[in-house]
Amino acid sequence: MTAADELITMTAAQMAQAVAAGEISAAELAAAHLDRIAQTDVHVRAFLHVARETALTAARAVDRRRAAGEPLGPLAGVPLALKDVFTTADMPTTCGSKILAGWQPPYDATVTTRLRAAGVVILGKTNMDEFAMGSSTENSAFGPSRNPWDLGRVPGGSSGGSAAAVAAYQAPLGIGTDTGGSIRQPGAVCGLVGVKPTYGGSSRYGLVAFASSLDTPGPLTRTVLDAALLHEVISGHDPRDSTSLDAPVPPVVAAARAADVAGLRVGVVTELSGEGYASGVLARFGEAVELLEALGAKIAEVSCPHFDYALPAYYLIAPSECSSNLARFDGMRYGLRVGDDGTASAEEVMSLTRAAGFGPEVKRRIMLGAYALSSGYYDAYYGKAQQVRTLIARDFAAAFDQVDVLVSPTTPTTAFPIGERVDDPMAMYLADLCTIPANLAGNAAISVPCGLAPEDGLPVGLQIMAPVLADDRMYRVAAAIEAALDQRRGHPLLAEARGIAAVTGTESEAGR
Amino acid sequence: MARVSITRDEVAHLARLSRLALTDSELEHFAEQLDVIIGAVARVQEVAAVDIPPTTHAADLSNVFRDDLVVPPLGTQAALAQAPAAEQDRFRVPRILAED
Repeated sequence: MTAADELITMTAAQMAQAVAAGEISAAELAAAHLDRIAQTDVHVRAFLHVARETALTAARAVDRRRAAGEPLGPLAGVPLALKDVFTTADMPTTCGSKILAGWQPPYDATVTTRLRAAGVVILGKTNMDEFAMGSSTENSAFGPSRNPWDLGRVPGGSSGGSAAAVAAYQAPLGIGTDTGGSIRQPGAVCGLVGVKPTYGGSSRYGLVAFASSLDTPGPLTRTVLDAALLHEVISGHDPRDSTSLDAPVPPVVAAARAADVAGLRVGVVTELSGEGYASGVLARFGEAVELLEALGAKIAEVSCPHFDYALPAYYLIAPSECSSNLARFDGMRYGLRVGDDGTASAEEVMSLTRAAGFGPEVKRRIMLGAYALSSGYYDAYYGKAQQVRTLIARDFAAAFDQVDVLVSPTTPTTAFPIGERVDDPMAMYLADLCTIPANLAGNAAISVPCGLAPEDGLPVGLQIMAPVLADDRMYRVAAAIEAALDQRRGHPLLAEARGIAAVTGTESEAGR
Repeated sequence: MARVSITRDEVAHLARLSRLALTDSELEHFAEQLDVIIGAVARVQEVAAVDIPPTTHAADLSNVFRDDLVVPPLGTQAALAQAPAAEQDRFRVPRILAED
């Protein structure tokens, strides 16, 4: 392993400590990751924009602050991959769409602002399904990202670029957004930790809206502690987001360090299992539950009968909100404009612009939303879906009366081959089967790696769901699982990822 | 409520409402796919009863206020910097009324 390899395989917590102690400079750290991106991104295609000079400037600023004796935050100097759905005043923001190709926003999102204030070094903007609609990054107008475990497979989505970057050691930290599972699902299929905080726990200001009542920014990392550290950096009340919760950030870092589940009541969700789940996913999930019991947790089976209706409700609610939110892309004030020949009307130009600028999935969802909201269908579709949302929230409330957290597989299957589901929307939607309930109810959920499926050698995620603003509880469970599995295995799971090692020639730790 | 299958004409209507100038082949393809999706999501009608209140939002918040503070605006130059067309410090847009 070269010196550069040793740098990039450290955890974010270790990197921050090394920077704070003066053992390495933030500039060295940024340069090592930028070099890694230069070497590997031709294969992984995680980034839409790499901000080399901006990143190095930000890193040098951290080094100057340290030299001046200023106090540094717990992630100062650590590089990060930012999903291209957050506005950045010094980098383009495209949302993976042709309609915003090259758009340079005039302001920073709150998440961006908080990362910068914490001294986190943003390396660039990562690929995503167009406007966060998808589960594979194949809906990006700029081509799919690839899974570092197997470059022929998807890295999940919609935050697949951030996940691929973190799994390929291009950055130790990634930020994604989770509307129906878009952080947890790519986390699971790339062998990472992916967190959807409680809705309203992290700000949506400057996050280009897909479905406003569901969209939640959160971390994608290689360890539970790194996720907790990043969670605390980006969270907290933001007066610029009217749905931001004015409440203390749950103590997630302390919970990740505690990593103790003794006496904790863990509920296995009956409905998130069975037909349609890969055998290897169920096997690893079952072992994770047994491990929790061995670690002192009390296991119970809990039924959430309305979870079976979460997927259909979501595919009415999210498209309805998207059909309204995406009306802003009209080619008048920013972005693409097509057909403005001096004779065409504004409405004609809008229709031509949107037809040329949006990809098929975005068009499908906008029209599905228009359908669900139209008079005559509203009560039967959107209205019923909102009632299902109430029933799912009630299921969660009843479950959390009996247990402290709920667990399930994060995804029904491991990463699927690129191209397999791209023109089969219903097959693609099934990837979010287990993650959607927490979005509809707004509570917190995390995915943590729990091994590889024997049939394909690909990562499986364990999902842990906690009540609203009890995010710390799920970190406690995730950290306990991570510590126990790492100890049993003798190395982190990601060390077994072969796809990227095969093309770059870098040997993984387990392969030495 | 029984569901009627979605027709190509209905999809053309949705495309007009959505300001999407779709081609004939797109209309065909989307009609088939939307029919399958709408058939699947119609399952929500199996469970929801009249006495269940709707949930519109995950966070239980209403009437959120903040102090009405004056902050510096974006400024003309920044606002127009990414405009597809600008003229005399304004967004230039296509005509909005018909000729006749």
